[in-house]
Amino acid sequence: MCLSLPARVLAIEGDMAEVSVGGAVFRAGLQMVEGVKPGDYVLLHAGFAIEKLKEEEALETLRLLDEMDDKP
Amino acid sequence: MKYVDEYRNGRHIARLAEMISREVSREYVFMEVCGGHTAAIHRFGIPSLLPPQVRLISGPGCPVCVTPASYIDMLVALASGGEVTIAMFGDLMRVPGTMVTPAAARAAGADIRVVLSAGDALELASSERKRNVIFPAIGFETTAPGTAVTLTEALKRDVKNFFVLNAHKVMPPAMEMLLREGTTIDGFICPGHVAVVTGSSAFDFIPRRYGLACVVTGFEPADLMLAVLMLVRQVNSRSPRVETEYRRAVTPEGNSRARGYMDEVFEPGDAEWRGLGVIPNGGLTIREKYRRFDAGDRFSFDLPEPEHESGCRCGEILRGVITPADCPLFAAACTPDSPGGACMVSDEGACNTWYKYHIHE
Ligand code: SF4
Repeated sequence: MCLSLPARVLAIEGDMAEVSVGGAVFRAGLQMVEGVKPGDYVLLHAGFAIEKLKEEEALETLRLLDEMDDKP
Repeated sequence: MKYVDEYRNGRHIARLAEMISREVSREYVFMEVCGGHTAAIHRFGIPSLLPPQVRLISGPGCPVCVTPASYIDMLVALASGGEVTIAMFGDLMRVPGTMVTPAAARAAGADIRVVLSAGDALELASSERKRNVIFPAIGFETTAPGTAVTLTEALKRDVKNFFVLNAHKVMPPAMEMLLREGTTIDGFICPGHVAVVTGSSAFDFIPRRYGLACVVTGFEPADLMLAVLMLVRQVNSRSPRVETEYRRAVTPEGNSRARGYMDEVFEPGDAEWRGLGVIPNGGLTIREKYRRFDAGDRFSFDLPEPEHESGCRCGEILRGVITPADCPLFAAACTPDSPGGACMVSDEGACNTWYKYHIHE
């Protein structure tokens, strides 16, 4: 229940979106997030999108992990 | 970019394990307070990747586990009255009250249905106007905004047969309570999804007042390993602060829209946590404007006298005082199929997680 999962927005109608979590489709309320478009990723929690995931920051963390890898 | 697989790269994880092993210089105890973290840590076998000097212990962050048994009794009493439908999260179904579980009450005829969100419970009320529908509102800062959105919607639509039995809780006061009561740790793996809403700044008081390390992290193995490395480094350099590993979701200020909904509907209030007792401002109370939706106000019910103690030691587990293996009932009288306490029921409960990943036939 308290799980939040990254979900891809498939379609939006008003305040509701259809989102996909690894292929399983759920409904998500969009009241708490701003400017979400189909294709964006949100965190789905108990039927609501609680945040839009930030691709730039996600890539930054991965860059950091890659750099650690390169160092001896 | 799926925000999942990228953080499960074995090469990264092995490298992080190596760096942690190289940098440890003493014993470290870190507490993860979020049940989602507990589940992920054991699912990915994180403890087996860490050197023996680093110990991870679970805290009070599983919403089902901290829900008092009397709350389950209330749900069962309401649902058994005949006029009320309880529309609740499936996780609550098998949680023991002092007498029976909601699942047993349902088998005996109580109208209890499973929903995926507060919004679904409101829809149910809208489609069955003759029944009073009660949504058991449990959970932390992650779940409370959804309840709040739903209540603003119910007010707007003037729905008269929808209610919530509110038991929402907030996390930072519980973390402070543990420290005050003497749980000794070196740092917190701060709850990543609570921080999405509250912002990482909600934990600033921990390094400031208690001098402990804090890292807000995600739920994939690389996230968790990186968080441990960051915590070890904070301890080693004696520079406790709040760092965020989970930047793809968390900002210092959090989600102001979500908090706006919470503030509209709720105000801080004392709350009873199973195992921890009443925590001052450890929960949320429904504001006057939305009081008409408060099932606790609207319905009266007789609560049974609590039955004698079951011997369940969830309370100590939630405070990080013992681990599940220390409970004499663990894996004997208490298993996921026949749970003795809430910590064995929920997928995010420490006992359930330990059972799944550490008990091999
Ligand atoms: S093993 Fe069962 S009885 Fe013991 S603390 Fe955990 S849930 Fe309670």
